[in-house]
Amino acid sequence: MNLTLRIWRQTGPEDKGRMVTYPVEDISPDMSFLEMLDVLNERLTLAGEEPVAFDHDCREGICGMCGMMINGNAHGPQRGTTACQLHMRQFTDGETIDIEPWRARAFPVVKDLVVNRTAFDQIIAGGGFVTAPTGSAPEAHAAPVAKADADAAFESAACIGCGACVAACPNGSGMLFTAAKVTQLSLLPQGQPERYTRVIGMVDSHDDAGFGGCTNAGECTVVCPKGIPLHTIGRLNRDYLAATVKHTGRS
Amino acid sequence: MDLYTEGNPVADTRAPDGPIEGRWDSRRFNAKLVNPANRRKLTVIVVGTGLAGGSAAATLAEQGYRVRSYCYQDSPRRAHSIAAQGGINAAKNYRNDGDSVHRLFYDTVKGGDFRSRESNVHRLAEVSVNIIDQCVAQGVPFAREYGGLLDTRSFGGAQVQRTFYARGQTGQQLLLGAYQALERQVGLGNVEMNTRHEMLELIVVDGRARGIVVRDLVTGEITTEFADAVVLASGGYGNVFYLSTNAKGCNVTATWRAHRQGAYFANPCYTQIHPTCIPVSGDHQSKLTLMSESLRNDGRVWVPKAEGDDRDPREIPEDERDYYLERIYPSFGNLVPRDIASRAAKNVCDEGRGVGPTRLGVYLDFADAIQRLGRKSIEAKYGNLFEMYERITGEDPYEVPMRIYPAVHYTMGGLWVDYDLQATIPGLFVIGEANFSDHGANRLGASALMQGLADGYFVLPNTIANYLAAGPFETVEPSHPAAVEARRTVEDRIHRLLSVDGDRTVDSFHRELGQVMWEHCGMERSAAGLRKAVDEIRALREEFWQRVRIVGDADGLNQSLEKAGRVADFFELAELMCIDALHREESCGGHFRAEHQSPDGEAQRDDERFAYVAAWEYGTEQPVLHKEDLKFEYVHPTQRSYK
Repeated sequence: MNLTLRIWRQTGPEDKGRMVTYPVEDISPDMSFLEMLDVLNERLTLAGEEPVAFDHDCREGICGMCGMMINGNAHGPQRGTTACQLHMRQFTDGETIDIEPWRARAFPVVKDLVVNRTAFDQIIAGGGFVTAPTGSAPEAHAAPVAKADADAAFESAACIGCGACVAACPNGSGMLFTAAKVTQLSLLPQGQPERYTRVIGMVDSHDDAGFGGCTNAGECTVVCPKGIPLHTIGRLNRDYLAATVKHTGRS
Repeated sequence: MDLYTEGNPVADTRAPDGPIEGRWDSRRFNAKLVNPANRRKLTVIVVGTGLAGGSAAATLAEQGYRVRSYCYQDSPRRAHSIAAQGGINAAKNYRNDGDSVHRLFYDTVKGGDFRSRESNVHRLAEVSVNIIDQCVAQGVPFAREYGGLLDTRSFGGAQVQRTFYARGQTGQQLLLGAYQALERQVGLGNVEMNTRHEMLELIVVDGRARGIVVRDLVTGEITTEFADAVVLASGGYGNVFYLSTNAKGCNVTATWRAHRQGAYFANPCYTQIHPTCIPVSGDHQSKLTLMSESLRNDGRVWVPKAEGDDRDPREIPEDERDYYLERIYPSFGNLVPRDIASRAAKNVCDEGRGVGPTRLGVYLDFADAIQRLGRKSIEAKYGNLFEMYERITGEDPYEVPMRIYPAVHYTMGGLWVDYDLQATIPGLFVIGEANFSDHGANRLGASALMQGLADGYFVLPNTIANYLAAGPFETVEPSHPAAVEARRTVEDRIHRLLSVDGDRTVDSFHRELGQVMWEHCGMERSAAGLRKAVDEIRALREEFWQRVRIVGDADGLNQSLEKAGRVADFFELAELMCIDALHREESCGGHFRAEHQSPDGEAQRDDERFAYVAAWEYGTEQPVLHKEDLKFEYVHPTQRSYK
């Protein structure tokens, strides 16, 4: 396959950035999208040009490190797929492909396609945990969990923290990410004692980190490589409401 | 041999004597403690945020120490433990199928082909049960039965069902549990988290590990960081083979730099080749993807009986298929340990019966299981793995058997540590895959997660106190000669890498190194091949320093520069791996020497000569071998049989 790539190049946070066009030839349909970028980077290096910086690590769709807008879609055209798992057989010979970084206020660009997603860690630090210091745990079978609850908790826990939801959201909201963790922990007995302080803490951290508000546009769930459902946000909202009314006296 | 010299034996002086069941209790009781008020005055650096590093950093902070944590990724949640699929072993015996701490201990020592320490392995089996309790308390969504209790499944090398799992994402869920505990401590101000920072040198002051030199990967700034103790949890070195199931960034630099500073490196040749990975599809391949061992619970491995049979697998009748694992190993069948399954796959491919375009593949077939249990049930157990397979290969495994082939997956070797997990440099502790301690010459499936969390949650936080009780140690300033020297080493090396300005990319060297290692230090090794490999590695390393090309500078994010530093260290490690493999004139676990096999092709150990840990000391001319004899008081070494 021969392709034309138009890639966002930005030397650093202060640089304005621009799209640069690169032709690539002899791409195998069996290559992953990132392997196609590897081919380009090898060529750029030998020509004395700086390779395109992009984040990636496990290349098997689980670490959440990779992520880029491909033709305007977070992680590209294939549903339920991270950029590293996207393969070139999804494209056609001669195609032009636009590649850009996540664009969101909470995720400033570091360089080229690399962005800073530390804001997600701040949301977790704001309450996305069960307080269970090592050594304090009761016997694992002390609290059985109905299989349906365990399965639903797992569904939300599958979030890989890649940030596609934020990149796709017209408001740059991180609500799907936040709601996934809130949902997982609020479905389990272990998460109950902190259920209402958690949701308040996480939403506050979310807002402090510069994410926008959720207006239920639903773009997030469409691009989510793990298919986190939109109704998790509904669950967050219910917990949040209950928390503000009943538990903290806040309005 | 002309490639190394031999030094004095080394002894694990910390392991208590007495009955094995009481050793860990006894060590904890006799260890010195640090009063909670004094813990605040003590700082610990933890490098790496995977299961071992993340859980250790969180636990140490909970105990009251000041923790500084470092990772090269953009978030601690991305460490490669996240990719572990299948499960975590624990001797809970919830199945009432005859499991016990002693049986897990026994299976692990046997699975490691009698090349691990009994005391360490027993401790691992003991704390395995606490790990499950801890993770459940954190909200890890393990798979459950309809009654609400935890489900378990089987893994290779065991005849009991002791593997706890969270669909095919067990590593992810366990890591997120540790990560959340860690972020809680970050939020409380007890952990200083440094993401996108890479450790490039260890700082040793007056014989103690007192700090590290790190590079901020975003700004390029190089700084010296100090603490009362340094914990390395930087993972394994499988990427020396270029193609492996490791994440692209996994590297040996942290442990290798510590090795160069005096920490012994143990059993570097013990490499685990995982039998069930998606085969290589072309020269562009940048990594290999594992298909969890759990698939062997329901999938059947086979190849055609006839050489060169190119028919669609669905058209090959039952009596023309060779379910070779079931045939050769009737009692363990498809669930033989990894080293054995990998070698068997290699053998049938060498016979010309491999499948797929490259003929380096065997079938893993779910047709029987789908017929027996229904597609829904298979989807529930393995859905994500089947999807991943389809995305990568373009084939639907519900319809056509998967094609799999062995690939480098895990490294049992690592920095030598004593029973306290302390390296030969006082104050340097090494945990998780980065150390060598518990898996001998072959790791059983679902035991890496167990060891990482055992070390991080339960072992290190106890043993490190014994060391820290002598602190706080005298403050070290960045102007200390040892710190200045370490920093200069890092700066010089970066300068040297950038100034070569040659005509080959870093990746081209890494690929070539990987080919040499796979060919000569992979699934089967021989004296002649290993000697050839040492020569080739030396020549390639020389060429690297003359021809590598890195575009850009050191003053900001430069991913080629990062890779180049890691590959430079892989060259040095690769040579030591080959020397270790050459000196070990026996076959054991993942180390298979062509010259040492039984008449039916199984690994032939030589306990008389090689029942020891090979701990290598760095030497500028040649490495120095120190032997730690292994004693087996409870599990008598026999030839492993899974027939």
